[in-house]
Amino acid sequence: MKVGVVTFPGSLDDVDARRAVTIAGGEAVALWHGDHGLRDVDAVVLPGGFSYGDYLRCGAIARFAPVMTEVVEAAKSGMPVLGICNGFQILCESHLLPGALIRNDHRKFVCRDQPLRIESTSTAWTSRYDEGAVVTLVLKNGEGGYVADDATLDRLEGDGRVVARYLGGNPNGSLRDIAGISNERGNVVGLMPHPEHAVEDLCGPGTDGLPFFTSVLQALTAA
Amino acid sequence: MARVVVDVMLKPEILDPQGKAVHGALSRLGFDGVVDVRQGKRFELELELEGDVTEERLAEVRKAAETLLSNPVIEDYTVRVEQQ
Repeated sequence: MKVGVVTFPGSLDDVDARRAVTIAGGEAVALWHGDHGLRDVDAVVLPGGFSYGDYLRCGAIARFAPVMTEVVEAAKSGMPVLGICNGFQILCESHLLPGALIRNDHRKFVCRDQPLRIESTSTAWTSRYDEGAVVTLVLKNGEGGYVADDATLDRLEGDGRVVARYLGGNPNGSLRDIAGISNERGNVVGLMPHPEHAVEDLCGPGTDGLPFFTSVLQALTAA
Repeated sequence: MARVVVDVMLKPEILDPQGKAVHGALSRLGFDGVVDVRQGKRFELELELEGDVTEERLAEVRKAAETLLSNPVIEDYTVRVEQQ
């Protein structure tokens, strides 16, 4: 199964994301922001970083990168897409996910091992977790405050589309402690913390992030 | 040539940590009496055209403002022609 990872100018975690795919047992394919076409991949990861220098708004310019035409089309037809950190911001700017991410309420960059609760296991990216599982992933962002209007937040919670929530204190001002959400179909997931940094015992806070990548491989194999 | 100005501001209900930081700095510098600060963005678009800016051109600018210059989920914008 081929999982594409898009590199934008300013992406930082594309290589880690590709390593995570490989460690999970998949074939990682590098995708370039300036190309049209997805090179026959079965799923796409939009990695963390600072695409286009975060100019204008985080993710606002990346959203219109050539490759995003195909990513948005594929996402709408059911292809699994995971946006991590900057990738989450790009998915919100693309309107594939509702809401937006704004500057942390305390105005400082956060970099820490962050406990989370996995609240939805019915997405393409979280099926290998136990519902309610408490995991620790790296969180590192300056603009990770998730905001949406109350009606949208109620709908996300009511439909079970809150994928992960922060535990042990809110690190960035995200409304209702939301760390990640999915679209209605569950194929598109946006997540502020970084599962690709938690796939090996050698570095990072453990291997709690690996199931994001094994989940999608399982979903693709089953499909 | 004509200049069209697009002002983008965070919606009133969205927290503006940058504005808060600026507000704090103003207070420290002794600029008292400032109750709140909100920070926005100003875009100056130079349009190539002959004569006045038509409603059609303004509609294009508004579309650009909605599509790229602002994120309607969290921001409002205004468009105006700057007289030169």
